[in-house]
Amino acid sequence: MLNMSALKLSDAVRAKKLGVAEAVRAYLDKAAGNGHNAFLTVDGERALARAGAVQARLDAGELLSPLAGVPIALKDNITTAGVRTTCASKMLGGYVPVYNATVVEKLERAGLVVMGKLNMDEFAMGGSSETGAFGPVRNPWDVSRVAGGSSGGSAAAVAGGEIPIALGSDTGGSIRQPCSFCGVTGIKPTYGSVSRYGLIAYASSLDQIGPVGQSVEDCAALLSVISGPDEKDSTCVTGKAFDFGRDIPEKLDGFVIGLPRNYFGGGIDGAVRQAVLAAAEELEDAGGRVEEFEMPLMDYVIPAYYIIACAEASSNLSRYDGLKYGYRSASANTLSEVYRLSRSEGFGLEVKRRIMLGSFVLSSGYYDAYYKKALQTRALIKDAYDGLFKRFDMILSPVAPTTAYRLNENVDDPMKMYMGDIYTVSVNLAGLPAVSLPCGFDGKGLPVGFQLIGEAFSEKKLAAAAMAYQRRTDWHTKRPAGGEAV
Amino acid sequence: MTWETVIGLEVHAELSTKSKIFCGCTTAFGGEPNTHVCPVCSGMPGVLPRLNRAVVEYAVRLGLALGCEITRYCKFDRKNYFYPDLPKAYQVSQLYSPICRDGRLDIEAGGQAKTVGIREIHMEEDAGKLIHDAQGTFMDFNRCGVPLLEIVSQPDFRSVGEVTAYLEKLREILLYLGVCDCKMQEGSLRADVNLSVRRPDGEFGVRTEMKNLNSFKAVGRAIEFERLRQIKVLESGGRITQETRRWDDEAGESFGMRSKENAQDYRYFPEPDLLPLRIGEDWLEQIRETIPELAHQKRERYVRDFGLSGFEATVLTGHKSLSDLFEAVSERCGYPLEAARLITGEIMRLMNVTNTLPEDLALDAGKLSALVSLMMEGKINRNAYKETAEAVFMSGADPEAYISEKGLLMVNDSDAVSEAAGAVIAANPDAAADYRAGKTKAFGFLMGQVMRKLGGTANPDAVKKILKNMLDN
Amino acid sequence: MQIDGSLIAYLEDLSCLTLSEDEKNRLTGDLEEILGGMARLGELDTGNVPERSHPFDDVNAFREDETLPPFDRELILKNAPNRRGDVFVAPKTVE
Repeated sequence: MLNMSALKLSDAVRAKKLGVAEAVRAYLDKAAGNGHNAFLTVDGERALARAGAVQARLDAGELLSPLAGVPIALKDNITTAGVRTTCASKMLGGYVPVYNATVVEKLERAGLVVMGKLNMDEFAMGGSSETGAFGPVRNPWDVSRVAGGSSGGSAAAVAGGEIPIALGSDTGGSIRQPCSFCGVTGIKPTYGSVSRYGLIAYASSLDQIGPVGQSVEDCAALLSVISGPDEKDSTCVTGKAFDFGRDIPEKLDGFVIGLPRNYFGGGIDGAVRQAVLAAAEELEDAGGRVEEFEMPLMDYVIPAYYIIACAEASSNLSRYDGLKYGYRSASANTLSEVYRLSRSEGFGLEVKRRIMLGSFVLSSGYYDAYYKKALQTRALIKDAYDGLFKRFDMILSPVAPTTAYRLNENVDDPMKMYMGDIYTVSVNLAGLPAVSLPCGFDGKGLPVGFQLIGEAFSEKKLAAAAMAYQRRTDWHTKRPAGGEAV
Repeated sequence: MTWETVIGLEVHAELSTKSKIFCGCTTAFGGEPNTHVCPVCSGMPGVLPRLNRAVVEYAVRLGLALGCEITRYCKFDRKNYFYPDLPKAYQVSQLYSPICRDGRLDIEAGGQAKTVGIREIHMEEDAGKLIHDAQGTFMDFNRCGVPLLEIVSQPDFRSVGEVTAYLEKLREILLYLGVCDCKMQEGSLRADVNLSVRRPDGEFGVRTEMKNLNSFKAVGRAIEFERLRQIKVLESGGRITQETRRWDDEAGESFGMRSKENAQDYRYFPEPDLLPLRIGEDWLEQIRETIPELAHQKRERYVRDFGLSGFEATVLTGHKSLSDLFEAVSERCGYPLEAARLITGEIMRLMNVTNTLPEDLALDAGKLSALVSLMMEGKINRNAYKETAEAVFMSGADPEAYISEKGLLMVNDSDAVSEAAGAVIAANPDAAADYRAGKTKAFGFLMGQVMRKLGGTANPDAVKKILKNMLDN
Repeated sequence: MQIDGSLIAYLEDLSCLTLSEDEKNRLTGDLEEILGGMARLGELDTGNVPERSHPFDDVNAFREDETLPPFDRELILKNAPNRRGDVFVAPKTVE
């Protein structure tokens, strides 16, 4: 059962072949080991109580979603009423929200069972899930290596079979890159298609919640549950709800797929290049037409992204002041001590680094040269993509230049860490959807992933291509230690 | 050598919307601490703002009333600073594209007409309330997120008189527009004063900003204090430092705030959690239609269309309840001039003797218009008119009923008058002789006698005519 | 981009942080390198390119002016590190 896809699991539950509580218990047992430090909180009691409620609704014949009865775990920056939500930070170590994120309400309505909260980089700032205050997430394929980040817990938990499906968030690649490092599938939805209400903000104009799962089918099913307009989120009022059928096109005839030549030059691992180009050939065999092109502005996406993300973060994280909630330094007496000591003791180094950067690029005298320039660069990047999608249905690219690296390998080299986001951040700057798919392994047996990037709200088309790919390949079914998905 | 004072004002008006600017909490004043608060306005992690449409409409209404240019595409910005009354540690405001720009307000001070420039009006959220005592500072977030309009004038004021005239005119407009209740004691109208002094026609001096001014009186006192302070500094060879000063109304002086609080770098940037605003032609027109006639427009209309005196028009438009009453009465009776005279005369007198405030005035326009009509149609004379008006004001009496009950209807009946006149002439032969001998004074005496005989209700013109005839023949 | 102690101190003030000596040393180097990389944007000719603060061009997302039922005050104060009665407590802000 632990190897079932989320949709199959729900099928079994709704066919009364399997009890909801039974499914939840099995995953609670598996998660209890927490060998990858993927979970920060497992709430068995609550989960079993919810399981009972869902079972009752199913038995009463209430029509629930195709994912009804499926246990799910959430990245710990998604607010859950009554359940500790830490952002993997000492600052929120004991914080218990008093309201639910919109996505949590939607999951419960659809009959999924929230089983726990998943580890991540502190406040989603990082690409390795090592910056959190509660220890790094370990990669199920090699526990001496990182799971990627910032949604490392989400990817590792799914890859390790500790949860059938999960939610992560993607600000600059935080869903796609860990999925690629852990050999699972993830979708970064179009900005504004999933409500951010209750997603503890890192960078408001870039953040987006998305699914992490064992297949595109599972992820698409989850995306149709969580997407749609929300009157609590001004940036999600025009968002459409997606409804993916489970019909998969046999052929991709007529699909024109752009391949950014310059993404495959220096700086990318040979094994990654090979696997991603092979994926392109696979889609060509499936009927798609692949055309190479030069991706413009490649050298400017990292600076633009980090300026904008850090600027917004420095403001978003100012509310953590030790007065209303969260960590308050015991040694603080004056107001300024409460502010400065609580924040200095409550935040980790990477968070402080980005807050300082954000304060700098917004400060008087530097705003125009950095922040304003970054906003203009963002406009150029968006326009470039608009032009590309007149030529292509989608763009195929690597997710990361490397496979999973060793724990602590890059923690002291932020610049190198940031460069690892080279293929992912422009998607967030332009608000586009992208799906991250496993497409092979390197010499060390570590997973490699690729991404398909589409124009705004083209999730359905992306899913179709991705589903076609996964029908023709079995990379997404591979599990560490030989455990195969069925 | 004389000094000229240069003053600019930043007025904060709390809007009288039902709900806050970014959440559904009530804007009601007061309330138990933290009872008008939700996750959004208390800045909990993960919350997002949703803009109240009415706030935009109120802002545009005021902007149009002040002749501003409305910014058709505008945004909100975050103003970042740490303070316990600001739960998010940033205030959502407008720096780069305020919703209204370049307006004007005509004032009159010391008999001088003057136009004050409005630099901009922007929307923002109010902060919470801090209560201080020996133990510490206590945070009440009820006021967090109450919508504010900040109305920024040009540095066009040169005297306290101009400032006060401006504030009163602005207050009147905010009230007529119904966008702010202007209760300064509740802080719903607050002013910051920017002030510098210079030699006439010299360069502008270094300015200081005074915050925390919660009454027109405090504004006046703070200006006077700061003006003299700056002149003293300059004349003793010192220099003014640009700073923010807090006015202490009890102490009657202002204190410079610590320089740390002055050297603020607010790191404004566009608020990513809110979408920009686009105000189209249609919407603008809809809002324009919601703008009522303002006091100064009424004033001009009263003089132009009804021939009222400037004084009467000013008194009537001094408070909305008075102009409403006047318009209702003259509308019904069709005698605007007399209606104005009645309200500005007898009614105002009665309001004074009974200490009745305009807002508490509860007068039936129907009764007053009936009274005016009776007088204008010659049914009663001035004395009866005054007496009845008082009865209507004091006890809500019905004019017709009261007049007939008290027998105040004017006597026009010539038989009754001739009879009384005949009797008076017979009873006062000397006076009649004096009159016939050319002593016109005697006529007044006889006239009075006849009037008295008729109980004061006679039509004086009729009495005069008949008495004259009888004496002359 | 030359980062000196006074700039670090200024950014600490703006960010309300007090860094340890070790943190200061590391961040001085990091910021210099990272801001140096960010300065590459200077190469781009962005003359009159509009500033894009949102991925899309949507406008006018409004709430109607209606009040919602009051939120439970206990929940508002639930996570307060220091409260007295129904208010949050901060150290004195005025002497």
